[in-house]
Amino acid sequence: MLTSHWPKLLMLIALGMSILLPVVVGLGEALRAAFGILPALGRHSFSVDAWQQLWQLPGLISSLRLTLFSGFAATIMALALAIFGSSWVYNISPKLFFLDKLKPLMQFIMVPVLAAPHAAIAIGLAFLIAPSGWLARWLSPWLTNWTLPPDWATVQDLWGLSLTLGLVIKELPFLWLVCLVALKQINVSKQMSLAQSMGYSHSLAWRKIIIPQLYPLIRLPVMVVLVYALSTVDMAQILGPNNPPTLALVALRLYTDANVQMLLPASAAAISLAMLMVMSILLWEMSVRGLMLVNKVSIRSGERASKWTLLGTILTTALPISFLLGLLSLLVLAIWSITWRWSFPEAWPTSWSFDYWLQLLTEWPLALKHSLITALMSSGLALMLTVIWLEVQDRFGGHVYRATLWLIYLPLLVPQIAFLYGLKVSFLRLGLSGGIGTVIWAHLLFVFPYVMLSLVDSWRALDQRYLSVAASLGSSSWTCLWRIKLRLLLRPLLIAWAIGMAVSISQYLPTLLIGAGRVESLTTEAVSLASGADRRLVGVYGLLQALVPLLAYSFALLLPRWFALKHMK
Amino acid sequence: MMTLLNNSWATQLSSIVLMTSLGFLSQMTHATSTPQWQQTIDQGAGDTVYWHAWGGDVRTNDFITWVGEQTEILYDVKVKQVKLSSTSEAVTQVLAEKAAGQNTNGTVDMIWINGANFLAMKEQELLHGPFVTDLPNSKYLNLGPNAPATVDFTEAVAGLEVPWRLARFVFIVDSKRVAQVPLSMAQMLTWAKANPGRLTHPVVSNFMGTTFLKQALIELTPDVSLLQQPATEQSFIAATAPLWRWYDEIKPYLWRAGKNFPENESIQQQMLSDGAIDIAMAFDPAAAAAGIASGLLPKSARVFVPSQGSLGNVSFVAIPYNASHRAAAKLVANFLLQPETQARMQNINVLGSFSVLDPTQFNETQAQVFADLPTSEALPTLTELGPTLLEPHASWGEKLKQQWSQRYSQ
Repeated sequence: MLTSHWPKLLMLIALGMSILLPVVVGLGEALRAAFGILPALGRHSFSVDAWQQLWQLPGLISSLRLTLFSGFAATIMALALAIFGSSWVYNISPKLFFLDKLKPLMQFIMVPVLAAPHAAIAIGLAFLIAPSGWLARWLSPWLTNWTLPPDWATVQDLWGLSLTLGLVIKELPFLWLVCLVALKQINVSKQMSLAQSMGYSHSLAWRKIIIPQLYPLIRLPVMVVLVYALSTVDMAQILGPNNPPTLALVALRLYTDANVQMLLPASAAAISLAMLMVMSILLWEMSVRGLMLVNKVSIRSGERASKWTLLGTILTTALPISFLLGLLSLLVLAIWSITWRWSFPEAWPTSWSFDYWLQLLTEWPLALKHSLITALMSSGLALMLTVIWLEVQDRFGGHVYRATLWLIYLPLLVPQIAFLYGLKVSFLRLGLSGGIGTVIWAHLLFVFPYVMLSLVDSWRALDQRYLSVAASLGSSSWTCLWRIKLRLLLRPLLIAWAIGMAVSISQYLPTLLIGAGRVESLTTEAVSLASGADRRLVGVYGLLQALVPLLAYSFALLLPRWFALKHMK
Repeated sequence: MMTLLNNSWATQLSSIVLMTSLGFLSQMTHATSTPQWQQTIDQGAGDTVYWHAWGGDVRTNDFITWVGEQTEILYDVKVKQVKLSSTSEAVTQVLAEKAAGQNTNGTVDMIWINGANFLAMKEQELLHGPFVTDLPNSKYLNLGPNAPATVDFTEAVAGLEVPWRLARFVFIVDSKRVAQVPLSMAQMLTWAKANPGRLTHPVVSNFMGTTFLKQALIELTPDVSLLQQPATEQSFIAATAPLWRWYDEIKPYLWRAGKNFPENESIQQQMLSDGAIDIAMAFDPAAAAAGIASGLLPKSARVFVPSQGSLGNVSFVAIPYNASHRAAAKLVANFLLQPETQARMQNINVLGSFSVLDPTQFNETQAQVFADLPTSEALPTLTELGPTLLEPHASWGEKLKQQWSQRYSQ
């Protein structure tokens, strides 16, 4: 049996070297810095000063409250809406206004918001709902009597409500799509009709039967949304309050302080954020277990009639609204990209211009090329690694599986800025600097976990009977992999790949820092331009940035259909 | 100080012939060649300079692209701008290289830098030099004692960085909405009370927010000369007491009652353009004119400065100690000091940043190039800009930032 452990061992080593080691090394540097050791600054001795400096920051408690509130509220709302939306796709919940007509196209309408960079959605939404924004401009001055926008806190409110809204809008399509993919693994219609024959109402059957099966399949993506919501920088910068800001922004401010000594408390802030995330995940998991227990009690009660609840009304209203807001945010960004001037309270731009698009023709080819190469390579590699990893687990048993799974997600659980500096130093020591290959490697750290988590549950939910039948017919395990697993899982495989593309395209800090500024990409261009706050430019680059993942997602959604059609013929 | 709009400069776009003439330029540079400089020219040829510079301003980016086109013709040196969202990214880059022991072949060749970032790099010995006087065009600079080009936020430049553009703190208003601009901090308080919610400043962790506080401090503090010394606990308390009294009084009348602030000056200017506030800030006298030209500000935008004058400082370029293309970077830095380059930079249709050169060193042709520059109604003259106030020692900014959040971050 010893031989059978070799592939697993090799895989573990390869994975450890390529994914874990860089993160651990980088994180180690951050930990050392948090405890006073940063030789480049001449700091060699252990101290807890950095932590004291951090705790003494004014408004730190508000930062924590804000971070936790927006992170949890956004995840809960996005998840509730995604599950509710999925039940609607399966004709279980009531009508959703204009969305009903679009139901067959739903997956495609989701894609733009899914593909758009977080910052683009945030900037679009901010313009939509600001007192000087598009909605206000539509209503002014004829209805509101405003010739100048009022001083209202509809964006960057102190509670982080607009930040929460932005997160919900952006994460809803991701979770929704993940739900729909996962639901394919559950025989929904059969179970639902069975439940109905036993007298359960639609919505109750969904809650008591489908959701308990669905949640374990989407647990990891939900974690990722929670972690993202807690650690987002780009959305918090645009939609969140800034005196004080969220904890992630506190860390970023310290890291980018002109006084380099601030790198020490910055590292402490980053480590705190990482700890906050781990604790939040634990809290979330415990709450979910509690809820499941409550649900079990209610399942046993045998109650079959459902009451129309307030929650139902809220979800029915909120889903179309968040959907519409997401699409409008992108639309308004598209309008801005061809605007020259657009003053309050005009409902439409007062002068138009294609200058920025034309300018791009000369400037973007190189950035686009870099973005495409890194995205294709890192998502391709990540997909390959994921399949190999899962296949090795299948063939040789998965005892180490749970433990390693958490390690794979390490890069997502730690704020990027915390370990990228240390990682950069390590890469430099190895003589790896500034090449596109190093950037691809750095992207892989973030792309791989996303690809893994979007695929792993579907992979494991694959009906094992297909494989047993194939094996009994004498197929080798390679044939099983190639002809059964990969074929049956084509759709989740492609979705995972597309998510990998989107993740790679949106990486800013890894591209800039690890690429030593030599590998300019759509995102490095977009982010540096966004610091100049020109909505027209952000519109152009935001749309371009969305375009690549948009194509990837469309490909992922269309290819299986095309195969299916071909098969039918 | 405020003038009515006359947009005629926009039509003068083609009226100025810029120095793209190759023969003229190469004549200029070779005339000043010493053997040592010739060696720099030979070493730099064929290299690409990675210039790390804040990338948030399209006009600056375009200007840097143009610089690269010129140096390629002149010296066979290409310039590649590494667009940063914050200058500290470049500092961290060099620091990481130092930490990894990469003391040669560094990836950063040149940084657009000043103030606290310069101080940090100088203190950590991350800069190459002194090298300023090696550049032939340094003869156009006034490098006398305490000349603006030799001091960076009271820190001695010590030949470690080359000035390339002037920055002056200005306020921007929409002249259609604000008839009477507040010309002192006392007037600003009265104005804010009369127009609640229409004034704000960038968040204080941003350098523009700190600059606003420094501007107010200089006007309100009893003894300005104290600010040129490093701040001590005692001097800070005494010097800033009137500032906090003033700020406490004005805060409730700020936008969002002083509970939230724009992230940076670009966002603040966008708010001005949206009509959400009436006064914005910039570190560029040409900000209003440039904003109008790029459609970011209404045509009625104007700059004004307090009657006592406003803070001024110089933008520099520095070369990290481990830069790969040191010689080529020097060639680019030298090109930035060419009077014709500076004239192009000062052209409102290009960048509109004031030249750092000493006009007394110009010959007639050079002086004429500057005299022929187009003007804009939104562009103040040097006289209108009034006196330049000296930047306080960098420790004041740092302490103001801390003290402000102590007082006003809940």
